[in-house]
Amino acid sequence: MTLKLPQWFYQLASPRWFYEFSGKLLPWFSAVAIILLLTGSVWGLVFAPADYQQGNSFRIIYVHVPASILAQSCYMLMAVAGAIGLIWKMKMAHIVAQSCAAFGASIAVISLATGAIWGKPTWGAWWVWDARLTSMLVLLFLYVGVIALRGAFENTQSADKAAAVLSLVGLVNIPIIKYSVEWWNTLHQPATFTVTEKPAMPPEMWIPLLIMVLGFYCFFSVILMHRARLEVLQREMKTSWVQTLIKSL
Amino acid sequence: MGDFASFTEFLQMGKHGLYVWLSYGIALVIFIYNISSVVLLKRAFFTKAKRQLKREENAS
Repeated sequence: MTLKLPQWFYQLASPRWFYEFSGKLLPWFSAVAIILLLTGSVWGLVFAPADYQQGNSFRIIYVHVPASILAQSCYMLMAVAGAIGLIWKMKMAHIVAQSCAAFGASIAVISLATGAIWGKPTWGAWWVWDARLTSMLVLLFLYVGVIALRGAFENTQSADKAAAVLSLVGLVNIPIIKYSVEWWNTLHQPATFTVTEKPAMPPEMWIPLLIMVLGFYCFFSVILMHRARLEVLQREMKTSWVQTLIKSL
Repeated sequence: MGDFASFTEFLQMGKHGLYVWLSYGIALVIFIYNISSVVLLKRAFFTKAKRQLKREENAS
């Protein structure tokens, strides 16, 4: 039995098509990312009201929460892309998975570092071995593990497969991060945004946060496309379209 | 200016200036790192690939 998939799925699978299409998207995504990140940080730093309990340290939320959400989304994308690569033997999916790893690790570092900095004035400690913080640290180690594992293989195809399997195994950590604040007693506060409920903070606090989250996602797409395009060129060096492209520069 | 009475107050962030600015600073540094690493990798790739193609052309 063969599974019929929509045509865009097959187009996306072609590295050349991806290279051309992402080239058209990039300027738009870059512009939107810059606008959202600038608006969000100025709004969050200057105009949002200070928290009545935490004072101004609460402004750290505008980098901490987007970074934490993105670190997890990026991991899920890496694992799903890896799975697609394993199942349909799709080159492009492995390229996307590979491009997620380094970026995801760097964003997990932002999440952990800003969390520690926020913890000091709020809880009185830079770090506590609490369920949310520990599972987030495990996420960073998973990213580092995937990068290291990939580096251990000479052969790209073996590296792709091994990295995909490790990312899929590590996927179990994502629900643990999400529910850690509910399953265990933690210092960490529960989620700021949920799908079903209205945010507990006033709009002048959460609107800039939403803008920053969207800005972080746009920035992620920009870096991901750039990295994936470079990887396409490296892997397709033998093809005539890449050679023509290089010569034309 | 916004939620603050003066620019000095804005920089001080109550008594949390160090924490707030350190957080935003780290995020900014990591963003710049992500952008510049892509740019540098791309440049290195094109230089190397061009040289390699030229060498292959000369050899054939």
